[in-house]
Amino acid sequence: MASMRDIKRRRSSIQSTGQITKAMKLVSTVKLQRTKQAAMNSKGYFDYMYRTVSSMLGKAGEINHPYVLGNGSTKKAVVMITGNRGLAGGYNSNVVKLVTRSELKKEDVVVYTLGKKGREAMNRYGYEISEDFSGMIDAPEYVDAMRLSTILLNSYRNGEIGEIYLAYTNFKNTVVHEPKLMKLLPVDKAEAIEGPTDDAGGPVAPMNFEPEEEEALELIIPKYITSIIYGGMIESVASENGARMQAMDNATTNAEEMIDKLTLQYNRARQGSITQELTEIIAGSQAQN
Amino acid sequence: MAESGNTFKIKVITPDRTFYEGDATMVEFNTTEGAIGVYKNHVPMTVIIKPGVLTITGEDVKKAALHSGFVEILQDSVTILAEVIEWPDEIDEMRALAAKERAERLLTERDPKTDIARAETALARAMARISVKK
Repeated sequence: MASMRDIKRRRSSIQSTGQITKAMKLVSTVKLQRTKQAAMNSKGYFDYMYRTVSSMLGKAGEINHPYVLGNGSTKKAVVMITGNRGLAGGYNSNVVKLVTRSELKKEDVVVYTLGKKGREAMNRYGYEISEDFSGMIDAPEYVDAMRLSTILLNSYRNGEIGEIYLAYTNFKNTVVHEPKLMKLLPVDKAEAIEGPTDDAGGPVAPMNFEPEEEEALELIIPKYITSIIYGGMIESVASENGARMQAMDNATTNAEEMIDKLTLQYNRARQGSITQELTEIIAGSQAQN
Repeated sequence: MAESGNTFKIKVITPDRTFYEGDATMVEFNTTEGAIGVYKNHVPMTVIIKPGVLTITGEDVKKAALHSGFVEILQDSVTILAEVIEWPDEIDEMRALAAKERAERLLTERDPKTDIARAETALARAMARISVKK
């Protein structure tokens, strides 16, 4: 049996770890509230954006635009959103796994990383990393997403990349977050038509576009990409805080359990040592008589 | 002015917030095809924004500087998806004036290195800010 002093030392070390995880849990709970609110505020914008682009693609018939047809390049850009910090359960590794285990071939992929953890992991796996935007994820702003999408679309227009994907964590609710890989460009027409175009269900007056669809597409698609990237950023941040909160909650519970166990062991050891001492004293006095 | 019957719903949303929501009799803004005004029962249309002043006429007249985004016009509602939009009290007039001068200088110098399109947008943006302030 371990000595009393050893048990005591372990117990106090676990106690301070428990205190840290508890504090981290509280911090991420507060952050979660804030980031969740931000995600909720933006939802309306994205829903509308998605609907407009869908109805545009659905209505436009044959569109001869590189945003729809692709440009023939085999390179695939993956925008990967992870956290800058660890201790968030499977949050970071789930996104990494999603990309490394996807159908995308390693040789074809260029990764644009947001988040240090993702970049480190992709480096280890030997992926080509184009640029790092980890600073953006601390406090995502719409202008950040604009900058990123401009860079991406420039490379797309130059034919350096032929497809653009987004890997992020979808924030379903506080406890459920699922990593998602989404194709941004070329826009998938088949999928777009399925999208909701009319929520009333009845016949609506046909939508007109000014300028004409193709030109409008040229102008709207960059905004569409930007808004999806921005949405991915804020949902991921909310998910990160949610994941960290859960992970830290589990860690705190585990620490408490261990402390209980160790306290029990400590008390046994103490009792044992008292009994032993008594036995020794009695034995000693008996020997004197 | 805003009698019921000729008002429609107007909603201005940005990526971060709902900027404005209410009833209006008319909205005016600048598009790639020129400045337009929208009344109730307009033909359904989607247009792209160019920097300019957004004027919402309802109970009273509200103005804002609208820089980019697009608008979905339906018969009984107008939804503006604005990437960048500001109320007059969010604008720094001195900065806008400085930006205007800078853009004008860039455009008159005709330096082959300057990005003309960018300078023009910057100028349009500054002008929109200044005219909203007035």
